[in-house]
Amino acid sequence: MPIHDQSYRRYGGTRESARSAWSVIALTGIKNYLTRRAFLFVLFCAWFQFFIQAGRIYIAAAYPQAEQAAGALLKVTPDTYYQFLTTQGFWILVVSIYCGAGLIANDRRANALQIYLSKPLTRAQYIAGKMTILLTFLLLITLIPALLLLLLQILFEGSFAFLRAHPFVIPAIVLGSLVQSLVASFAMLALSSLSTSSRFVAILFAGIMLFTDIIYGVMRVMMGTNAVSWLSITASLRQVLDVIFRRPLSYDTPVVVSFLVLLALMAVSASVLERRVRGVEIVK
Amino acid sequence: MTEPQNGPVVTLQEVTVEYGANRALKDVSAAFGAGAVGLLGPNGAGKSTMLKALLGFITPSSGAMRVLGLDVAQKPLEIRSRLGYMPETDGHIPGMNAVTFVAYCGELAGLPAVDAMQRAHEVLYYVGLGEARYRNIETYSTGMKQRIKLAQALVHDPDLLFLDEPTNGMDPKGREEMLELIKDLALNKGVNLILSSHLLPDVEYTCSQVVVMDKGRIAAHGPIEELKEPAGSVFELRVKGNSQTFVQILEQQGLQCYATDEDVMRVFLPGGRGPRDLFALAAAHQVQVRHLRPSVPTLEDVFARAVGAE
Repeated sequence: MPIHDQSYRRYGGTRESARSAWSVIALTGIKNYLTRRAFLFVLFCAWFQFFIQAGRIYIAAAYPQAEQAAGALLKVTPDTYYQFLTTQGFWILVVSIYCGAGLIANDRRANALQIYLSKPLTRAQYIAGKMTILLTFLLLITLIPALLLLLLQILFEGSFAFLRAHPFVIPAIVLGSLVQSLVASFAMLALSSLSTSSRFVAILFAGIMLFTDIIYGVMRVMMGTNAVSWLSITASLRQVLDVIFRRPLSYDTPVVVSFLVLLALMAVSASVLERRVRGVEIVK
Repeated sequence: MTEPQNGPVVTLQEVTVEYGANRALKDVSAAFGAGAVGLLGPNGAGKSTMLKALLGFITPSSGAMRVLGLDVAQKPLEIRSRLGYMPETDGHIPGMNAVTFVAYCGELAGLPAVDAMQRAHEVLYYVGLGEARYRNIETYSTGMKQRIKLAQALVHDPDLLFLDEPTNGMDPKGREEMLELIKDLALNKGVNLILSSHLLPDVEYTCSQVVVMDKGRIAAHGPIEELKEPAGSVFELRVKGNSQTFVQILEQQGLQCYATDEDVMRVFLPGGRGPRDLFALAAAHQVQVRHLRPSVPTLEDVFARAVGAE
């Protein structure tokens, strides 16, 4: 057996395209979180609602007489999926904080940005890689369980009747999950890029969500109308989900305004990321 | 490994970099040849700014730069795939051990995962971290962190290395080992490198060419041996009396002079002048010459002539 040369050797193998760098960041980050037991426990808790809803769907399909007796409690409608996604809003907050607060903040604290950006990847690829990590886990607790519930419903009922009656449900679930996840991802990554402390970012994120809700509550009482719901990020999300699921609107705010609030939030977040993710900080 | 580069590996043409009102690089034009080139200068000369501009971290307000024949503005990703950067400040990916970190850097540079891991082990052994490669980087000493920075710069087998103050914070033995590694890379492994440092001995030991910077400009450049050969001779001189006044007198006479750390001055006598001129000047200004000895030109002389003596 030859003795392996431990001095420096030139590399004669293949190199992959620079375009794949974002996937390296994403895969490494996802694997890193999936090795943490505490995080797996959080994911399990986030899926708790899925198990409850799955049981409900099973009972509704297997025992029609129970559904008749229980009425709206057991009846599965498109509203069921709307309620599922809105209830998952709490776990979106938790997973965003757990997973997203340190994504860029920890790199800034360890001075890792100069390491990343000295490799053949752009700032956009770095941000895309980090966002993919957070988006993956957010979709894992919104889109995946919602689609699985729909699949279970079809399997338990033994027919596509529900889908034929409500063909918009699948695109609504996909779009609704994406809106929730993208808004949370953009906002969290932007906040993470502002600090070197993941704890501070977590507090800031939770604080902003809570603060906008409080402001909305106060203004609603003062002005006697819920048309000021655009002040609250969660209320704007709910309003947009109402439209996606073809429900009566929860607030008197024009939908366009709620949509623009979310769009502005993502635009501001993107702008913050563009300014903060750099190889060198220039103090003028 | 790509084909050997003919001609300069890095060129700058009238490059200006501004931080607000402060011009860190002022119309800099330079060419860095193949092999080991030292980028020398005092703190604030613009060395790190130049490296960061070449990496694409900073956009110059004017000028053009080429690295390995590629335009920095047009092909930054291609350049960085062939370039390794060892930053001056500490930097690592948090939560990783050394081998995972270096392998990750290799993957980011385009190596397949299996090759990146193999290369990570190899370069970590090469830089002397073989036994500590499974430890978390956050537990490393300063010297070990310097080595890991070199390892992540080498993992993807770059054609050009930027080393920014590579011996920062290292003890004498570690510094010696680091310089040996750098010399080995340049002389035996065919890696072009630009070593940015304010430490003259580091540059003199590892590099064959030097670019001296001062206040954002190129003060001198060329092969070190040529730059060390002044048109004249160099003397060590110690005097009794007002040495500061004597230095001014020498400079008024057109003789370059600077003081070293001890009370010895180094005087450059141009061709045609000799030690008798020094004795004559000393006698004329009632200064007693206590020590006069011919000396060998050093890089310190080059640096002092380029940036101005104290």
